[in-house]
Amino acid sequence: MTDIAPRAPAPHASAPSAKTSTELLAIAGLALALAAAPLAAYPFFLAQALCLALFACAFNLLVGFGGLLSFGHAMFYGSASYVAAHAAKVWGLPPEAAILAGTLGAGLLGLASGALSIRSQGIYFSMITLALAQLVYFIALQSPYTHGEDGVQAVPRGKLFGLIDLSNDVTLYYVVLAIFLFGLFSIYRIVHSPFGTVLKAIRENETRAISLGYRVDQYKLAAFVLSATLAGLAGATKAIVAQSATLTDVHWTTSGEVILMTLVGGMGTMVGPVFGAFIILAMQNYLSTFGQWVMVIQGAIFVISVLSFRRGLIGEISNRFKISL
Amino acid sequence: MTKRSLAGAACGLMLASAGSIFAGAALAQEKAIKVGVLTDMSGPYGDVGGAGSAVAAQMAIEDSGMLAKGWKIDLISADHQNKADVGSNLAREWIDQGKADVFLDLLTSSVALAVNQIVKEKNKVALISGAASSDLTGKACSPNSIHWTYDTFSQANSTGKAITKAGGDSWYFVTADYAFGKALERDTTTVVTANGGKVIGNAMAPLNNADFSSQLLQAQSSKAKVVGLANAGADTANSIKQAAEFGLTQGGQKLAALLMFITDVNALGLPAAQGLEFTESFYWDLNDKTRDFANRYSKRVKNGAKPTMVQAGVYSSLIHYLKAVETLGPTTDGAAIVSTMKSMPTDDEAMGKGYIRQDGRKIHPVYLLQVKKPSESKYPWDYASVVATIPGEEAFRPLAQSECPLVTK
Repeated sequence: MTDIAPRAPAPHASAPSAKTSTELLAIAGLALALAAAPLAAYPFFLAQALCLALFACAFNLLVGFGGLLSFGHAMFYGSASYVAAHAAKVWGLPPEAAILAGTLGAGLLGLASGALSIRSQGIYFSMITLALAQLVYFIALQSPYTHGEDGVQAVPRGKLFGLIDLSNDVTLYYVVLAIFLFGLFSIYRIVHSPFGTVLKAIRENETRAISLGYRVDQYKLAAFVLSATLAGLAGATKAIVAQSATLTDVHWTTSGEVILMTLVGGMGTMVGPVFGAFIILAMQNYLSTFGQWVMVIQGAIFVISVLSFRRGLIGEISNRFKISL
Repeated sequence: MTKRSLAGAACGLMLASAGSIFAGAALAQEKAIKVGVLTDMSGPYGDVGGAGSAVAAQMAIEDSGMLAKGWKIDLISADHQNKADVGSNLAREWIDQGKADVFLDLLTSSVALAVNQIVKEKNKVALISGAASSDLTGKACSPNSIHWTYDTFSQANSTGKAITKAGGDSWYFVTADYAFGKALERDTTTVVTANGGKVIGNAMAPLNNADFSSQLLQAQSSKAKVVGLANAGADTANSIKQAAEFGLTQGGQKLAALLMFITDVNALGLPAAQGLEFTESFYWDLNDKTRDFANRYSKRVKNGAKPTMVQAGVYSSLIHYLKAVETLGPTTDGAAIVSTMKSMPTDDEAMGKGYIRQDGRKIHPVYLLQVKKPSESKYPWDYASVVATIPGEEAFRPLAQSECPLVTK
């Protein structure tokens, strides 16, 4: 995977403390901008975009910092979405419990699929995650709980902690923003913990990490499960926002889209995937009149970004100014 | 300084990309109507509804004569890709941003069921022409929607009944694996058993399937006399073509296309489709009025196609909606508009006279058609002859059997 992993910023470019403080600043700036966003844009759309942005950040944790390119991340996003929708609709759980159930479900799925897939490396790892995701897709298509092509519809949004009525889109948006910032900050803490440092060491040189005495498989599995859980958090939140869980969420195109978002925004950067998610979504929204051409345009943009700015939008900015974002 | 300016730049960029999807709900204006056509523009049902439905809606707006009376009527259309989540997001967005008061077409039952709930929650109007599931006027009925053109019950009740009575007493289904296919199979099974037939089994196929070989081979080995195709659009055309390749009909089995549209016959061609019986609520070559409507429509679409019953239903439902709004005066109270629509008899060029029942079911005659032989076809789109005309009261599910909570028994 090292061939697609970004080169770490040149050593000595900035002291570690400055590096983390710029990342924190970027997150804070992002939080401020997002808090003001409903003034300018449609909150329901923003809430959905935030779910996808969190999903992209979770994916980035695995590929950007762990160097593991999963091609089946939609299975965590989608299965969490189904579990949360089922929990809220059929079991009648309040939204916070439904989101928790979905997140835990994705975490468990991450443990099982991670244990199987991290044994392989490179393209084989990607293919095994894709195969597992297709299995999950098939289950979602056939299982009586997921209702095939119809999906789970009319999921009640309910009241958060029995107090906050989520049926108002603006209220809902701020709840989603809180969840999103919690997820993003968790990723920040994970990346800058000793665990995250070992993870980056494994990404750069697995053999050397082994020779230093690290059990790399355990580290990789832990990263996989963390990423799956956070992707699940995003998916479960999405089920409450959109009030539905459908096959789109587990489809392989969603796995592909999250890769696109991460690469366009900047793999291995803290806020890059968020920008990537907003860019891709804005593009889909703007270009929706072109119908199926959206895919072609997306593909062209992907090719251009890989050819001309390989680090992604935020990755290039970060590299140009020698700061970490 | 760099840090701060960078964070600023980040904020700016974020706002720019977020602001690009600009909202701003328009205020409700006097004498303004916003019409939204939500359909499959590019997928397997693109010919059945699609761009043609938007054309039909535009024709209804012009024919209503309301533009001349100072009404401002906007039309917006979009592709829901047959996905319930895309459809419901679009519906929510259009309502929240003041882009649509009434939703038309709504092909694909899963999308229609999803949009139905949002429309009810937000008190707008859904006039369902494309979707088929009879649940839309059954347990999922709503005071904000009318199921206009046809449903799985009426299809089953005419094609299914005719074939079972003609001796096709054992059935095997090839079913589209979602709300519509399941409802069509369920309703046809009821009709088949009620008429002394039996159902041997079924095989599910996903929506927009390319390869029906597995399902068709199962159907073939079931030795059922009739293979019922509980699917629609391109899926029906594909399964009929592939059934011919496997020699189903040569082996003595009969194909029953439970939902076929005139555009499917056009896609299959008469040599492949001849003899098939199918049911429509509208056929363009019925009388002078339908021919006139169809010809005006043909001139406005790209390939000169004749309208399907879905497109005719879009026209007919919008004409009636506009009449109701004109009677009521400017309002966006969806439930009030629907109840006015239910109280007025319907009459328009495409679908003739009819009425709307309290469960939201529009009642009109249904036609059992048979595809002509290539030698019988005299002019373009001369594809079918009417075998039987079934009065609306007989064709649709009786109110007494309805599970709809709106029905007072």
